[in-house]
Amino acid sequence: MKLIITSLEQGLIFAILGMGVILTFKVLGESDLSVEGTFPFGAFIFAKFVSMGFNPIASTALAFCLGTLAGLMTSTLFIKLKIKPILAGILTMTMLYSINLRINGKANVPLFNYDSVFDSGSTLIILIVLVIAIKLIIDLFLKTETGYLLVATGDNETLVRSLGVNSNKYKVMGFMLANGLIALSGALMSQYQGFADITMGTGVMVVGLASIIIGDTIKKNASWFKNTSRAIVGATIYKIMGGIAIDLGLAPTDLKAISAFIVIAFIAYNNVALDLFGKASKKEGRELNVKGTKPIKEF
Amino acid sequence: MLKVQNLSKSFNVGTENEINLFNRFNLNIEEHKCTAIIGSNGCGKSTLLNMIAGSVPIDSGEIILNGEDISKLKEEERAIHIGRVYQDPSLGVSPALTILENMSLADKKGEKFGLKRLIRKENNEKYEEILKALGLGLENKLNTRVKFLSGGQRQSLSLLMAAMKHPDLLLLDEHTAALDPKTSHVVMRKTKELLSNYKITTIMISHNMKDAIEYSDRIIMLDKGEIALDKRSCDVSEEELLAIYKAKLEEQIA
Repeated sequence: MKLIITSLEQGLIFAILGMGVILTFKVLGESDLSVEGTFPFGAFIFAKFVSMGFNPIASTALAFCLGTLAGLMTSTLFIKLKIKPILAGILTMTMLYSINLRINGKANVPLFNYDSVFDSGSTLIILIVLVIAIKLIIDLFLKTETGYLLVATGDNETLVRSLGVNSNKYKVMGFMLANGLIALSGALMSQYQGFADITMGTGVMVVGLASIIIGDTIKKNASWFKNTSRAIVGATIYKIMGGIAIDLGLAPTDLKAISAFIVIAFIAYNNVALDLFGKASKKEGRELNVKGTKPIKEF
Repeated sequence: MLKVQNLSKSFNVGTENEINLFNRFNLNIEEHKCTAIIGSNGCGKSTLLNMIAGSVPIDSGEIILNGEDISKLKEEERAIHIGRVYQDPSLGVSPALTILENMSLADKKGEKFGLKRLIRKENNEKYEEILKALGLGLENKLNTRVKFLSGGQRQSLSLLMAAMKHPDLLLLDEHTAALDPKTSHVVMRKTKELLSNYKITTIMISHNMKDAIEYSDRIIMLDKGEIALDKRSCDVSEEELLAIYKAKLEEQIA
């Protein structure tokens, strides 16, 4: 039981990361690989402010705000300097590694002696409330005039420009929001585990993608099942699966390999197994798989 | 209305493939008329349209729309005055969004996009009416995603969206070329209806000479960036146009 709750809590923290990754990968259709730098960036910003005496809620909010700058960096690199988005993300991530070490002057900052946002009640309930609130805000935002332009920019930039709008502005906005959420997720993770560490970003890109891919596998054709909900469900399932694997006797060091296997298994199920069993073609045809959601093309 | 003055444009400057496509090119487009531009591949039709729309920069010259030189404006700034329909039916719409969402976006063209809800129920009736006038049954499919529509339906919707806010100028870039002959005919007919209803000044590129004569008021034939023919559509015949084409081709071979 304890294992399930721990996995659920971690899953919810990663759900926020997943919702950020969705904005770049699915809504805008661009690969932002800076995630592994932004996640610890959020943690270190939190550590810095909380150790300076800031309130933990304010420090977490600052992690979100400053995290958006990572998105501004990546998007500026690929829009203004015409660097390919994938490389732009990697460059930002590399830069963030050094920046993260600079923020507190060390690679590991213990946070046990400081307050955290989880102090005021049950961790699980605080996380559930926070995640649902973020999900609702994103869903509402995507229904606004600006939100629709963000979606349309990812779908057809030509149309956005023909509406008299600079589509690059919306790319920057999407990247900033996404990186803000990822940094927020990092800040929460550091409070949850009690320390900020330079290696905590390693492999989180896979977690984010895994959340989306698992989320996409469930109820494929249901358009009521929004992308944000998919990220939340995907991240929790993913973490619970990892938890079960450890419970079965695998070492925590095996987790990264397990992560990759979970991703491979779900992609294989989506791409190969459905064809083998003829499920996709027999039902409503492949095209309908994409009815409510846009699959990530690269995978 | 639209005046193109002393327009010059070269490609691959400084290489052995340098092409001076337009050299001090001039063109006047009359208000509320549909001008068809025809010509063989590489004659500069699409480049001309792209330069007017702002997606290809010009080397020198002026593009004057309603008395204002727009040649320094960015593509999206010009888009507020210029509507455009592309050859690819997917370019003028957002395929992942529904018809209603697409039309709501098009309806906001040129306005400020803020944090209000985009979809407002009170507008549905207006959109249904516009779609009904199109006569393709799309008014019953407001919540269908555009990617599930046929090419002809999509192109008709693109046309509607481009013309919805009554732009000063509408550019039709071979907008029926990717459609089968029957659908192409339907879309051309819809285009004509729309243009005469909305009274929009239009430039239409076409490879189909019959369509060009039938649906336009004036025909301009381009050849290597120069005007080879400029006549009222009622004064030319398909045979005449074909004869000029043939002569140009023979000239090239010789």
